Amino acid sequence: MGFTIPGTFTFELWQARFSLLRGISATLLASGLTIVAATVMGVLLGTILAYGWWPLRLLARLYVDILRGIPVLVLILFTYYGLALFGINVPAFWAGVIALSAFATAHVAENLRGAVQSVPAGQMEAAKAIGLRFPQRLRYVVLPQAIRRMLPPWVNTGLEIVKGTTLLSVIGVVELLLSTQQIVARNYMIIDFYLVAGLLYLIINFSIAQLGAALERRFSYLRY
Amino acid sequence: MIDYHFDWTVITRNADKFVAALGLGLGLAVVSLAIGCVIGLAAAYARVSGNKWLSTPVWAYVEVIRCTPLLLLIFFVYFGLPEFGIYVLDKTQSFILTLSLYAGAYMSEVFRAGLASIPKQYVEAAKAIGLRPWQRQRWVVLPVMFRITLPSVGNNLISLFKDTSLAAAIAIPELTFTARQINANTFRVMEVWLAASGMYLATAYLMAMGLRLLERRYASIR
Repeated sequence: MGFTIPGTFTFELWQARFSLLRGISATLLASGLTIVAATVMGVLLGTILAYGWWPLRLLARLYVDILRGIPVLVLILFTYYGLALFGINVPAFWAGVIALSAFATAHVAENLRGAVQSVPAGQMEAAKAIGLRFPQRLRYVVLPQAIRRMLPPWVNTGLEIVKGTTLLSVIGVVELLLSTQQIVARNYMIIDFYLVAGLLYLIINFSIAQLGAALERRFSYLRY
Repeated sequence: MIDYHFDWTVITRNADKFVAALGLGLGLAVVSLAIGCVIGLAAAYARVSGNKWLSTPVWAYVEVIRCTPLLLLIFFVYFGLPEFGIYVLDKTQSFILTLSLYAGAYMSEVFRAGLASIPKQYVEAAKAIGLRPWQRQRWVVLPVMFRITLPSVGNNLISLFKDTSLAAAIAIPELTFTARQINANTFRVMEVWLAASGMYLATAYLMAMGLRLLERRYASIR
C-alpha cells in the first residue's frame, strides 16, 4: 500500500495518527468534563428554577435566559480574554471548558425545569401526603420521573456539547478540528482530512445518539 | 478586576462598526433561513414521499449535517470547494451556502413533523371538493403546516442568528469578528465583550418577542 510513499493518503494518515489521536482525546476530554459539570450544575439550577425561593429563582432565570441568548463562541472568547482580568490565569482548554459548561448548564437547567413541571402535580401531593420531607420528595418521587423525561433533550445537549468543542479551536485548543487544520496545513490534503475529521465526529455523535436511544429504551418501562 | 477602569468610549467610537456587524449577522441568518426553508421543505416532502430512493439520501443528508459540527462544515465548504474546482464563491457566499445546508437539515425535521401533524381529514376533505394534488398541498396542507411550525421556525431563526458568530472563523466581519478585532486593537476586554454579548442578547430577545407577536397573529387555527 502507500504507507511508504509521501503524498498518498494512507501515508499522510499514518503520519498524522498521533495528531489525530491527541485531537480526539482533547475533544473527548473537553466533552466529558463539560457534560459532567453541566449535568450536575444544571440539575441543581433546574431544581432552583422549578422550586426555588423566588429571589433565587429570579437569579437562576436571569442566568439561564442570558446564557441562552449569547452565542457560545462569544462566551468562549469572553471567558478566555475575561478570566485573565480577574487574575485567573487558566490555560485555553480550561477557559473553554468553563465557558461550554456555563452554557450547557443553562440548557440542562431549562430541560430539567420542563421535565419537573411535566410530572403530574398529584405525584408531589401524594408524596406530601405520605409524609416525605421536601428533599425526600425530590429524591424519591419527582426527580426519578423527571430525569426519565429529560433524557432525550439531555442526549441532544450532549451532542451539542461535542459539536461545541470545535469552537475551542478558535482560542487555540488543539482538539480534533484544530489538529485536523494543522495536518491540512502540513500536507494540503484538504478534502481527505476534513472528511476524516467529519467521519470521526459522526462516529462519536452517532454513538452518543445510539447510547441515548438505548438508555431511553431501558428507562421507558414506566408510562403515564 | 480591582484596577479595571471601564472606558466605554471604545464602544461609542466604534458604534458604527458594531451596528454594521450586527446587521450583517442578521442578514446572514435571514438569507440562510430562507434558503434553508426551501431545502427543508423539499427534503421533508422527500422524506414522507414513501420512495426509498428519495428518502434514504435525504435521511443521510439530515443525519450527517446534524452529527457534524457547524465549524467543520464551514471550513470544509470554504477550503474544500476550490479543491473541487469551484472558485466562484467568496467567503460570505460560501458561509451562506454552509449555513443554508445546515439550516435545511434542521428545517426538514421541523417540516416533516409539521406534515405528519396535519389531520388526514383535511386532505380527504380537499380531495372531496375536487382539488388536484398540488392544489391540496398549496391551499390546504402548506398553510396549516406553516402555522403549526411557526414557533419552531422562529426558534431556528434565533439559533441561526447565534450561529452566524462562527462566520468569524473565516474572517467575515460580523459581530464576533468585529468584537475580536476591536478587543485585539484596544485591549478593552470587558467593554468589548459586554457590548457584543449585550447586542446578541438584545437582538435575540427582540426577535423572540416579535415571533411571539407573529405567533399570536398567525399560529392559531380559527
